[in-house]
Amino acid sequence: MSVIVVKPGLSSTLQDAGRQGHAALGVGRSGAMDRPAWQLANALVGNRQGEAALECTLIGPTLKFSQAAVIALTGAPIAAHIDGQSIPMWTRCRLPAGSVLQLGGMAIGCRSYLAVAGGFDVPLILGSRSSDLHAKLGYAGGRALRAGDALPTGAFSPFGQAKDSRDVIVLPWSLDPQPWFDFAAHALRLLPGSHSPLLDEKSRQQLYGQSFTLSKDTNRTASRLDGHNLSLREPLELISEATLPGTLQLPPSGQPIALMAEAPVTGGYPRIGQLAAIDLPRLAQRRPGDTVCFRQTTFEQARMQMAEHQQRMARMLHLIAQRLTRI
Amino acid sequence: MPPAIQCEAIAEDALLLRFGNTINRHINDYVHAAAARIRVHWPELECVPAYASLLLRFDAQQWSGHETATPHQRLGDAVLEILVDLTIESDSARLIDIPVHYGNASAPDLAEVARLTGLSQADVITRHTAAEYRVAMLGFAPGFPYLLGMDPALTVPRRADPRQRVPAGSVAIGGQQTGIYPNELPGGWQLIGRTPLRLFDAAIEIPTLLAAGDRVRFHAIDEATFRQLTAAKKT
Repeated sequence: MSVIVVKPGLSSTLQDAGRQGHAALGVGRSGAMDRPAWQLANALVGNRQGEAALECTLIGPTLKFSQAAVIALTGAPIAAHIDGQSIPMWTRCRLPAGSVLQLGGMAIGCRSYLAVAGGFDVPLILGSRSSDLHAKLGYAGGRALRAGDALPTGAFSPFGQAKDSRDVIVLPWSLDPQPWFDFAAHALRLLPGSHSPLLDEKSRQQLYGQSFTLSKDTNRTASRLDGHNLSLREPLELISEATLPGTLQLPPSGQPIALMAEAPVTGGYPRIGQLAAIDLPRLAQRRPGDTVCFRQTTFEQARMQMAEHQQRMARMLHLIAQRLTRI
Repeated sequence: MPPAIQCEAIAEDALLLRFGNTINRHINDYVHAAAARIRVHWPELECVPAYASLLLRFDAQQWSGHETATPHQRLGDAVLEILVDLTIESDSARLIDIPVHYGNASAPDLAEVARLTGLSQADVITRHTAAEYRVAMLGFAPGFPYLLGMDPALTVPRRADPRQRVPAGSVAIGGQQTGIYPNELPGGWQLIGRTPLRLFDAAIEIPTLLAAGDRVRFHAIDEATFRQLTAAKKT
């Protein structure tokens, strides 16, 4: 089976958990920006964890399914239609052979995920099917999808080959997206960074007390924050050291930059914070123009909240696996 | 004397070991010696060496479960314990010889580097090939080596107008550093030559020609040899 890209959408890529363990070679992780949404999409179609799914950005692609297929959509609320019929999110849908799925814009949020039973079976590169647009790794040399691309899907599915039928068939239940999508745009939790103590008093108050706006110049590599130019008490010349997704850097311009999934593996700007891992998907779901606020957190709190999140996710994955039936 | 190592928690699953705050070979040698030792003890830890620091990414669950110590403290203590008698092994690192065509289309900034340094173009080449370099770290892009050990006389500022496309294999100088662009990339360093070798190939098991800690030498080749080697690479 293959999925043909009819229209590519704004910036659609295949993503999995990313390339782990290659940072010493200069290769970053990449991978799904909203990891919980990606995991749940795979779970809903009955995939093994870790399969590649399609990550859409702001405007989704139009896709044609050569054969009957089982899909799930998660992440930012996105308009989805087949022949004028609306396709629900956060559930499992079986599509007839030849279906043309039109994904439109997102009402809020920035990234939606489409998983297909069997996963997208593009070649593994350094252990991952993720596209890294920055490092040019992944499907078709690490570029976003284009019209005409034919994405092969894998054969593995606990339910076997999807049965063909005339109509779209949807499970009678769906997940509540509330725990998995930050509808309220909460303040994001920020751990202290190496150079946070060097921020001047005004900048410190702005960072934790005021809101920023996500810049247009934002992508899978970095989220740039407009609104306040921050400064250190004295300028600091640093030598490059390792950076991570979630690192909040302060370049000389004073505009804070949060590194994202395609973060370069080293960098030389002062680090004024590290986003708690639990809030990385939340920042990934903010779109240019959205408000971003931070609040301080500690490693202990961040660890506890992450452990709770992982338990919640494990329970949810278990529940989905139990309730999945052939449709 | 080995430098004092400072540990800093920089993310829930990441500990940064700092060996100093300057770019120098002595400190960088300790970074690589520490990385080698840590990899033997805990192969599951991801080590990311830089000039004077080493990032460790770990499984927070594996290092948690202690009542009084955080995972970062437990890992930091364990790491410092095995590094207590750290020494720099006399150079057992690989030496990789890299052919470079310094001239014409391969070296669009060679004349500018000569002008900025007050050296002749031939002198720039002689000095660049005379040194033995150390791969301090790979970063910026997959397989991009930051090399320590350049003759200080070759120090030149980065270009005021960075190029959108620097050809793959370009050998370049940026400030006190020299490096090689593994793929076509945007970049602001001054281009003084080009190697036909491939520095990064995701399709092979060890995708980078160089690893952090390697020793590197350059030798000059003429344009005919460059073309021959480039053609050989494609077949």
